[in-house]
Amino acid sequence: MESFKKVISIVTPLDKVNVDTDQIVPKQFLKLVQKSGFGKFLFFNWRYDEQENEKPDFVLNNPNYGNSQILVAGDNFGCGSSREHAVWALLDYGFSVIIAPSFADIFFSNCFKNGVLPITLDQKLVEKLLRETGVIEVDLENQTIKTPSDEISFEIDSYQKKILLEGLDDISLTFQYEDKILEFEKQSKVPSVL
Amino acid sequence: MGKTLFEKIWESHVVVEKQNNPTLIYIDRHLVHEVTSPQAFDGLRQNNRKVRRPDLTIATMDHNVPTTDRSLPILDQTSSVQIKTLEKNCKDFGIKLFDIDSPNQGIVHVIGPQLGITLPGTTIVCGDSHTSTHGAFGALALGIGTSDVEHVLASQTMWLEKPKPFEIRVEGKRKNPHAVTAKDIVLSIIKNIGTGGGTGTVIEYRGEGITDLSMEQRMTICNMSIEAGARAGLIAPDEKTFEYLRNREYTPKNYESLVDSWKGHLKTDRDAKFEKEFILHIDDIAPQVSWGTNPGMTCDVTDSVPSPDEFSNGDPNQKRGAEKALDYMALEPGTLIEDIKIDRVFIGSCTNARLEDLIEASKVIKGQKISSHVKAMVVPGSQMVKKQAEAMGLDKIFINANFEWRESGCSMCLGMNPDILSPGERCASTSNRNFEGRQGTGGRTHLVSPVMAAAAAIHGHFVDVRKLDLS
Repeated sequence: MESFKKVISIVTPLDKVNVDTDQIVPKQFLKLVQKSGFGKFLFFNWRYDEQENEKPDFVLNNPNYGNSQILVAGDNFGCGSSREHAVWALLDYGFSVIIAPSFADIFFSNCFKNGVLPITLDQKLVEKLLRETGVIEVDLENQTIKTPSDEISFEIDSYQKKILLEGLDDISLTFQYEDKILEFEKQSKVPSVL
Repeated sequence: MGKTLFEKIWESHVVVEKQNNPTLIYIDRHLVHEVTSPQAFDGLRQNNRKVRRPDLTIATMDHNVPTTDRSLPILDQTSSVQIKTLEKNCKDFGIKLFDIDSPNQGIVHVIGPQLGITLPGTTIVCGDSHTSTHGAFGALALGIGTSDVEHVLASQTMWLEKPKPFEIRVEGKRKNPHAVTAKDIVLSIIKNIGTGGGTGTVIEYRGEGITDLSMEQRMTICNMSIEAGARAGLIAPDEKTFEYLRNREYTPKNYESLVDSWKGHLKTDRDAKFEKEFILHIDDIAPQVSWGTNPGMTCDVTDSVPSPDEFSNGDPNQKRGAEKALDYMALEPGTLIEDIKIDRVFIGSCTNARLEDLIEASKVIKGQKISSHVKAMVVPGSQMVKKQAEAMGLDKIFINANFEWRESGCSMCLGMNPDILSPGERCASTSNRNFEGRQGTGGRTHLVSPVMAAAAAIHGHFVDVRKLDLS
């Protein structure tokens, strides 16, 4: 995983609550066996009509947001299915920061495994960002968001922050605890399946 | 201070615990399916890693398998590739696979308990959010993403922030337990606490309204914990739990000594503290029908479709959500739920496709025909459920009523296989999610219990099943 750098970009406002992962990547695109190339399926049913023409009123089809790397959305973002394809699609499309008042747990956890930073902010600040048209800067190191008029600080778990900043592979990290895992297995009374 | 059941299971699985860090917990059972695993196996290959404990891992294909004649080839090439990829991965990494022709094939959350693989007090993961189903047996069962699937395959552990314990007490007795089901209980809970109400928590369902339920009904409750946003949901094991798992194909040989170790231990202590509580009284609850595009948008069958104002309680974001949902669902506020006509009926999914579900639904159907404008199908949760139902003659009851009787799989719950709604079609579904396009692009889903779905098939619209004789 690449290490997470400062992100400087305008925000894409997706002013909806309870955006579920079925909307982020509809099920017809879950049949691929690789992680790449999901960006073109991002929000597919909201982006395209039945003839696969772009729906002009959907925010991703507004050319102003073409290079945006920051998505701002409503409460409970990423709810529903555990499909990590949702994060792969957001990342492949170009979003590396998602800001919302709250996230669903599995989606939130999936973000960190892929170098995507989910930021939880107070509802009022999110509403302000939804209206922000200028370029903003997301600085993970200092845990700040700089807008043309404001500086907002955000909370993040120190472990998750380290994972993102250093681009760590958590399986390698876990293997450092091999002795602990072996020790656990020796005392476990749970039988094998087979 | 005493401990909750969740805390006891958690503490007995801690491998590494450090301050201000997630905890490394050990995983006792890993269930694998074709959709969320290929990238995880690829990751193992790229890094020359092997599966640490193939003996704690089982796989099946369920999400995109066709439910039509299994002797025919799979027409959808991408589905076929995904299924073949799982076969190859299981072979390469030495994992036990219940393949498409196995008598044990089925929805992973249906077969785990049926085979005695799910056990009380264990940790269970699967790359599927409805893994919470296994919590019905007093297991800590978590849905995970593909990166964690890879992590568990490689290390049999995963890093997790400790969720908070949430008590949901279900009090009272249902007056008509054939008409008001476990599905109605869990939909009522989600309607009350919302789709984010359980975020960051593990729910323990307690109270008379829960202990009264059969194991299959308890699975329906725990299954939908994720629809309330919870990390998991569980129920303390009791004699019903121990009896259910006795003498299954993969029940451990030392089962009785395990039961002795679980008894008295796998329960929440009297003086334990939950961080959150909710109480549902079920004496008078009605059958539930979802009207919107998330499972919290649900009302009584006797209600009418709410207006966005009524639904939102003054929250402008919820109000806009409801407006959009009504527009997608093509429903007008004030329409009686019983006046909503349906085109399709789906009885299936890891929520409601077990034997009891099919028995209950068949009572409504017996000797009747489905409405002429309705297309209806039953997709048993597993090959075992299918066989048991056929031995009881349930297949004939459904087929005689003009239902289609299919092979097992996830099917129209998420429409990854050919079983999908056409744009605009309205479906009474026993599944778990009514998200936009979930059952097919443009399709409209109403979540209901199996008896409610069966009655809707016969009448062509929703009916209050309390009015029917279901004895």
